[in-house]
Amino acid sequence: MSYHATLRGERFVFGDLKELFGRANEEKSGDQLAGLAARNERERVAAKMALADVTLEEILHDPLIDPDDDEVSRLILDTHDAEAFKEIGHLSLGEFRDFILDEAADEATLHRLHFAITPEMAAAVAKLMSNKDLILAASKIRNVSRCRNTMGLRGTLGVRVQPNHPSDDIEGILLSTLDGLLFGCGDAVIGVNPATESVDTVGAILHVLQRVISDLQIPTQSCVLSHISTQLAAMERGCPVDLLFQSVAGTQRANASFGVNLAQLAEGRERVIEHHRQRGGEWLGDNVMYFETGQGSALSADAHHDVDQLTLEARAYGVARAFDPFLVNTVVGFIGPEYLYDGRQITRAGLEDHFMGKLLGLPMGCDVCYTNHANADQNSNDNLLVLLTAAGCNYFMGIPCADDVMLNFQTTSYHDIMGMRKLFGLSPAPEFARWLEEHGISWNGERSSNPGRRESLLRQLSGLLEGAR
Amino acid sequence: MSEESPGELPKPFDLNSKGDIIPEWLLRLKDSTPARVFVGRAGPAYRTTSHLELRADHAAARDAVHADVDITRDFDQAFARQYDLFQVHSRARTKQEYLLRPDLGRSLSEEAKEELRSRREPRTDLQIVIGDGLSATAVIRQVPVLLPLVFNEAKARGLRVGFPFLVRHCRVGVLNDVGEILQPDIVLLLIGERPGLVTAESLSAYLAYQPRTGHTDAQRNLISNIHSRGVLPEDAARRILALATQMRERKLSGVEVKEELPSIPLSKPPLLDSP
Repeated sequence: MSYHATLRGERFVFGDLKELFGRANEEKSGDQLAGLAARNERERVAAKMALADVTLEEILHDPLIDPDDDEVSRLILDTHDAEAFKEIGHLSLGEFRDFILDEAADEATLHRLHFAITPEMAAAVAKLMSNKDLILAASKIRNVSRCRNTMGLRGTLGVRVQPNHPSDDIEGILLSTLDGLLFGCGDAVIGVNPATESVDTVGAILHVLQRVISDLQIPTQSCVLSHISTQLAAMERGCPVDLLFQSVAGTQRANASFGVNLAQLAEGRERVIEHHRQRGGEWLGDNVMYFETGQGSALSADAHHDVDQLTLEARAYGVARAFDPFLVNTVVGFIGPEYLYDGRQITRAGLEDHFMGKLLGLPMGCDVCYTNHANADQNSNDNLLVLLTAAGCNYFMGIPCADDVMLNFQTTSYHDIMGMRKLFGLSPAPEFARWLEEHGISWNGERSSNPGRRESLLRQLSGLLEGAR
Repeated sequence: MSEESPGELPKPFDLNSKGDIIPEWLLRLKDSTPARVFVGRAGPAYRTTSHLELRADHAAARDAVHADVDITRDFDQAFARQYDLFQVHSRARTKQEYLLRPDLGRSLSEEAKEELRSRREPRTDLQIVIGDGLSATAVIRQVPVLLPLVFNEAKARGLRVGFPFLVRHCRVGVLNDVGEILQPDIVLLLIGERPGLVTAESLSAYLAYQPRTGHTDAQRNLISNIHSRGVLPEDAARRILALATQMRERKLSGVEVKEELPSIPLSKPPLLDSP
């Protein structure tokens, strides 16, 4: 079926829904690389106009990627909430945009509709929204998750401490971790990207992070972001796994390029939940998965089925939400300028991703970041950080001075998180905030309330570091 | 500062007079990571020193990405003459096109193909190619040191080395075109890495055995992080030739070929006694 719109007397025709979806996106170098982008600004707006008239029913019944060829398409249909969909199925996308932004659609309403909305619908409505719309709509929805603490409550802003080291040096990892803890960071997770993908290395890092958490009795989680099979192998050898990490994408073939499929994710999740039961200790919930995503990943694996990168990103969230995750973040600026050319495109993508994730029910965070070959800088990164904090993003990354010395890109810093908590009056996760208070550590930059306690924490840390030497 | 812990810690070091006391023993450990830990703060922001250091490192990285390398301008002319260096282009015509179209950087322009065909030698064991990649600065800094070392090591092993040349706007996939046209046993590509803030001068060496159209990273081997604070050029040259020799003996390259490195003992045993 073809779609068309007439703009100031000029008629634009789009061959099918896939083409319409691509042309209706804001400018992205990745869509241009794939040959899917609008060829001029008039065509872009004409596509948005035509898209605004498409109903949610039509999108549901015209899958962009054939379910016979792709298990993600099948998952999306299998998890669709047909009952709740009755409330919105008749709406056109234009009406759906108005519905979401209207005061009548309160948080409870939007929560009720999470699984009535497919990823393709979330992507389509994002194409009709301005950056400010994306912020306003997302700010209505808090998606809360629980593991050893509670993430995502209104009034909180979490942070992953990301203490990466170019050669996985344990002492170096600990130092970056402690720097973060003393800035009040680390409630989302203490999560290391290892430089080497070996079970020994991953196991050693898992052990030392767990020791920090248990010795200092920190209400948080640890994670080593290696391939899912490496983490599970380490777990088999007796290493403690709090959160099971995996990068995911929006098509079966793109996931295959990461070396994963849906059955593996389901099995891994079950095994980690069982492992938590056996380990004992206090677990507040069964949210045990940590997923990372990013626009452009399917195209870079040549697994995009001629679908635009925004829609495929939404489909990655369709994968993530089937496994009830604790954390999900888009690594928005990591992929490089051939997919998101500059600070403007990265900003747009970050706001889109966060909105779509929240609309689909995910505890959405964002790695606000850029590489040195993208036309972006710390100023554009600062801007997106502030915008996403205003939008109610669950968590960001925290790295010493935003410089990831292992992955060679810039994200957000411990300082940045302190600044956002101060600017917006936000606290860490409640359990973690209590721990910080008990140890005299400030999270908003105000003077430490109890320097004596802070010092005794430092003494404990020195013991830990001695043990690592 | 509290008085409750006399003498147990070294004298504390107050970074900003705001109660963020970092003891000296902790600061002494900073060398264990290149990460910018314990830098203090100005309110919830960086101190001016940190802020400007970050800007300076980013500026070096950005300039390295956007710099061009030119043989006559950027290399010592005695060096360029000694190796009879010349330069060709990929299909990417500008830096912007190069950044936006990875496919164009992976193949040689028609002019480049002509030039290589006209210079083709009958039998070459090792063909060295230099590519600007994402850091022209890395090429300008590392290649004049590394190239002679690789040449000498190759000669010492009795290898016939082809004429080296530079590809501008080059990506790693250019290996395939070079392999198709010149048909050497091994193609070695010395290419500038995407700069980080720690260094903008890091070079990678990619090797492939008889690369042909359609080959991917799975058929290539890589020695990365070649710079003065990473893998030193002398070590890189030895490792490159060891890999090349192994590839020629086994007539393949890629995931099945592993570098034989002396095992690096863990300086600190991992902690294995946690719950």
